Amino acid sequence: MAEELNTPALTAKDLESDQDVRWCPGCGDYSILKQVQKVIPELGIKREDIVFISGIGCSSRFPYYMETFGMHSIHGRATTIASGLKAVRPELSVWIVTGDGDALSIGGNHLIHLLRRNFDVNILLFNNQIYGLTKGQYSPTSEEGKVTKSTPMGSIDHPFNPIALCLGADATFVARSMDRDPNHMRDILTKSNQHKGSSLVEIYQNCNVFNDGAFFVYTDKATKAEQAIFMEDGKPLIFGAESDKGIRLDGFKPEIVNLNDCSEDDLWIHDETDRVKAGILSRFFEDNKQPGHLPRPFGVFYREERDNYETDLNEQVTAAKEKLGEGDLESIIRGNYTWKI
Amino acid sequence: MSKTTEITKEVTILFAGDSGDGIQLTGTQFSNTTALFGNDLSTFPNFPAEIRAPQGTLAGVSGFQIRFGSVDIYTPGDVCDALVVMNAAALKANIDKLKPGGVIIANTAGFDGKNLRLAKYPEGANPIEDGSLEKYQLYTIDVTKMTKECLKDSGMGTKEIDRTKNMFVLGFLYWMYSRSLDTTIKFIQDKFKKVPEVVEANIKVLKAGYHYGETSETFTTRFEVEKARMESGEYRSIMGNQAAALGLVAASVKSGLDLFYGSYPITPASDILHELSRHKNFGVKTFQAEDEIAAIGATIGASFGGSLAVTASSGPGIALKGEAIGLALMLELPLVIVNIQRGGPSTGLPTKTEQADLLQAMYGRNGEAPVPIVAASSPADCFDMAYEASRIAVEHMTPVFFLSDGYIANGSEPWKFPKTAEIRPFAPDFAKPRNAEDPKFMPYKRNEKLVRKWALPGTPGLEHRVGGLEKEDITGNISYDPRNHEHMVKTREQKVLNIADNIPLQEIDNGPEKGKLLVLGWGSTYGSIKAAVKEAVEEGKEVAHAHVKYLYPFPKNLGEMLLRYDKVLVPEMNNGQLVKIIRDQFLVPAEGLNKIQGIPFTAAEIKHKIDLMLKD
Repeated sequence: MAEELNTPALTAKDLESDQDVRWCPGCGDYSILKQVQKVIPELGIKREDIVFISGIGCSSRFPYYMETFGMHSIHGRATTIASGLKAVRPELSVWIVTGDGDALSIGGNHLIHLLRRNFDVNILLFNNQIYGLTKGQYSPTSEEGKVTKSTPMGSIDHPFNPIALCLGADATFVARSMDRDPNHMRDILTKSNQHKGSSLVEIYQNCNVFNDGAFFVYTDKATKAEQAIFMEDGKPLIFGAESDKGIRLDGFKPEIVNLNDCSEDDLWIHDETDRVKAGILSRFFEDNKQPGHLPRPFGVFYREERDNYETDLNEQVTAAKEKLGEGDLESIIRGNYTWKI
Repeated sequence: MSKTTEITKEVTILFAGDSGDGIQLTGTQFSNTTALFGNDLSTFPNFPAEIRAPQGTLAGVSGFQIRFGSVDIYTPGDVCDALVVMNAAALKANIDKLKPGGVIIANTAGFDGKNLRLAKYPEGANPIEDGSLEKYQLYTIDVTKMTKECLKDSGMGTKEIDRTKNMFVLGFLYWMYSRSLDTTIKFIQDKFKKVPEVVEANIKVLKAGYHYGETSETFTTRFEVEKARMESGEYRSIMGNQAAALGLVAASVKSGLDLFYGSYPITPASDILHELSRHKNFGVKTFQAEDEIAAIGATIGASFGGSLAVTASSGPGIALKGEAIGLALMLELPLVIVNIQRGGPSTGLPTKTEQADLLQAMYGRNGEAPVPIVAASSPADCFDMAYEASRIAVEHMTPVFFLSDGYIANGSEPWKFPKTAEIRPFAPDFAKPRNAEDPKFMPYKRNEKLVRKWALPGTPGLEHRVGGLEKEDITGNISYDPRNHEHMVKTREQKVLNIADNIPLQEIDNGPEKGKLLVLGWGSTYGSIKAAVKEAVEEGKEVAHAHVKYLYPFPKNLGEMLLRYDKVLVPEMNNGQLVKIIRDQFLVPAEGLNKIQGIPFTAAEIKHKIDLMLKD
């Protein structure tokens, strides 16, 4: 559709729009925006082929700050708009930017259907466990007992586990990263873009105004090593400030072992393509105040190759053309039975 | 015994039976054969909401009415000449539609004790035996028994045999109305081509029904309806939803845009999805979404990507799409929203017809959100108006409503279809690629009609952001400026009003250019109003009929036309919607005639009101 023009290689600067970024000073969104602008030039996509689509919420302002095509749509529906766009323009690089309220509450239905259809899009789910834009109500990922403006006596809602939810919807790429680890985020964004299918990246993002420090235990230098575990494909699950702890599977039950008492060979070796183990990893989700809790995993939980909806849809069109020939308007208007007067 | 043939100008037949009796198929077959023969006709399928309502009950009665003639036919008929009933419930539910002296053909097996009880006839009463139907001509046939007899050597089970009994009735009616069996035989051969024994059985039963008419001494008269004197040309039979689907495909072909159709199944709109999904070789992409909101969301995405994007539903689904329609309007992207109206509010009467979503289309969104509206007046007109909705959407970069309803969506009529060369093409106005040294692309810069360009992702130099937040004029950047908001609201309204320069002027369909009374209709009431006004005009009355197909904006001459008549009557299958808009916009004392029963007007009802208004 587009004419070929010579464009120099993209830089992060080329992806900055002329609009002032209006997130609260100190918001985790700044870091995510910066990493996205940094990583895209390395992915070899033409700027005019990139489309960012968002819903409503703080995170959903994202497209305005990207000098690409973009649509800031309505609450919860970015996934539906991206589906339609990808169905008719499979060659475009489509990115959905959404939050815990947008993706998991008002847009929960669309998210699971997008994942099962496996449209080749990248979903960045900014999870800050709070409603920021509406000024501080609890979200579907807020922990039980959370005191917010709408829950003065504490939330009685059981929270979603986004990773488990997406695996349950048969997502073909599920990963988690955090706003305060730029290198990790760039690595995960690159992998998510390489995946041909719906890739969901949950990004722990700090809302310093309404839910400050929700993830500090995983992001702060002091606690990160003990509380977070970084998964790498084909490598044993090891964590701890001295890299002295590992995860071992006892049947289906994960347990923390001390590497002084246990050989690395006995540890759980991460396999991104193992669906059963991904399910177990997604349940490393306990309250981090509970003694003896498992560390929170970051990295790629699961990936698999499966047909994309848009590919199959376009193949059906091609097959229909081969079988029936290019559509002849005259003939379908006439139909099978006609008479003359 | 000799048989006589009576020539008649027009006949109305109502087929009725259990929803599992194959009534709709029988009716459709009779219609196709009749259309091919060359009669003018109009049909009205009327079925229960339940797929298989309890057998034999009044709730489970399915009906198919057809009126055909050698004269012009505008409606499926106010009263019937013949009633074909498969069981007692079908008789009870429809007997008041049969004219005195009319013919009843009843399947006796459907009048056993059980069926009579289910139809709630008093204990011991059997209308086909107790003389209570003496003001009609009653013919009883044991269709069930004869079908069994006919297929006793076929090796088929009782259930399969029972399923072919509608073919016996159809064959008999072909004899009674002097029709050929060929069209139905060909249909059976096509439909069951994979199971030759079913083809053979159905044809055998069809022929048995025909021969039964010929040989049975009960029937002495058959009827002949000569070909209609219709405008010369080539015709086919078409249903409204099918015509709408073809109109959308035609719009895709004629604009060079691929068609994307996103919808969620809902009665009575789903047939458009079924029809379009068969036309993938036109590049048509159909998407059955997870819900109504996803359906329109996907079409907005497809429109952003440069497709001719269409979503369809009925009232409840349109209500769910409301927020997204507002988004499409803010984005100023082309989109066709089809509403096949049904009885409301809420789930309402899903399988019955109503025109009660006009105000929803006109006003049913938050904020100042004008969306153009067009409506079809007959099954074949769905082709033209679906095409027009697409044309207006693309030429004016706006969502457009196309309104139809259950009556014309499922009804059929002969269609003198257009040659494709006669269909006027239209073209999208895509923004061109830009170089780095070109000035920055302004997504909300407009032409003289206030229409912005369609800027497709993938086009170098056009990178831009759109969204639901209010935009600054020209640049499209977010703006909370008070005067800019007012300016944009007015601009979006004026853009839609400018469409009036791009649609035909309102015409008088029938009657004098000025006079005592104008009957102003819209949508599927066309046939009933046409028939009523025709009768009044033939009686020498100063009555005219105009039918509005462009409801927002109205044709530019409509206001002036209304002033040429002393009175204006607006018949609608709702509680008064167009009449409100007409009064609001033109300050004329238009009067409404309203029917809210889930069934169309009869011509007599409208004629009666015309006579009353002329008397005052």
